[in-house]
Amino acid sequence: MADAECPECAGSVKLKEGAEQGEIISCPECGSRLEIVSVDPPKVQPAPKVDEDWGE
Amino acid sequence: MRLGFVYTIITPENKLLLEAARKRGMEVAKLSDAEMALDITARPAEKYDAVLQRSSSYMRSLYSTRYFEQAGVPVVNSYAVQSLCGNKVLTTMRLMEHDVPTPRTLIAFTEEGAMRAIEQLGYPVVMKPVIGSWARLLAKINDREAAQAIIEHKEELGNFIHKVYYLQEYIDKPGRDIRAFTAGEEVLCAIYRNAGKGEWLTNTARGAKASNCPVSDELGEVVAKAARAVGEGLLAVDVMESERGLLVHEVNHTMEFRNSIQPTGVDIPARVIEYVQGIAKK
Repeated sequence: MADAECPECAGSVKLKEGAEQGEIISCPECGSRLEIVSVDPPKVQPAPKVDEDWGE
Repeated sequence: MRLGFVYTIITPENKLLLEAARKRGMEVAKLSDAEMALDITARPAEKYDAVLQRSSSYMRSLYSTRYFEQAGVPVVNSYAVQSLCGNKVLTTMRLMEHDVPTPRTLIAFTEEGAMRAIEQLGYPVVMKPVIGSWARLLAKINDREAAQAIIEHKEELGNFIHKVYYLQEYIDKPGRDIRAFTAGEEVLCAIYRNAGKGEWLTNTARGAKASNCPVSDELGEVVAKAARAVGEGLLAVDVMESERGLLVHEVNHTMEFRNSIQPTGVDIPARVIEYVQGIAKK
């Protein structure tokens, strides 16, 4: 499977086995927080900003 | 069984829950709250036997839960439970109504009222936002100068929700608190949350370390009583050890448990999914 491209640095982002759409990962090259929007084909976008009402 | 799984992002907990649901043979529909456009004037189709509400956002969680409940789908946690647990004022009042021991708490609505409440409680005092999590914007206020500064910041910079002051006595806990997990009436397990060095907060989001906490009769009783008070569901009840015994200070409705499976040896995601199956439409 091809790698995803980091929208921040254009680096290559490999998805791990068992990756889930909606999961948050870090770009191995620039460290940006990314959201997996598609597993196949692999696609990521900047992770959503944590809002004030987020939590448990 | 058809399970609707509402989420904002797939956190480590959500990933474990999805795995547990699929392992149990459930047909899982992932429902991203970011993509929702819910027609609240039409009766929703009954597509699911149950919905597990795991949104990260309190507001999205409340309204999307109400939407599914309107369709007659059981949602865990329910709107009633979430609306209480996500609001510290309402939680505290409900705990009091049910005789669950909790720290002394005052609320106020103005700068003047907040200062009066603080002086009644004495220093140090803890100020918490009414809505909020992960110890965000919590303050331990040690003296009058600090109190005035924090209140001025809230008055100048905060939105309306920050102008409700929730003020609580400071409990000198033994460097840790207890978090107990419940499913309905059952207390599944508990952990100690050991504060990081030099840290008064015991949130794992603030570096606290989890270790197993045996569920004594006293702890089990107080936790079950707190869970009953808010209406039962899948809950994480936070408890402090104090000179006057155990005090419940928070009940969380979208529990995080990633650090609690290993120390307790309890398969929390499996137990959660088992509970959801139990409340599903038959």
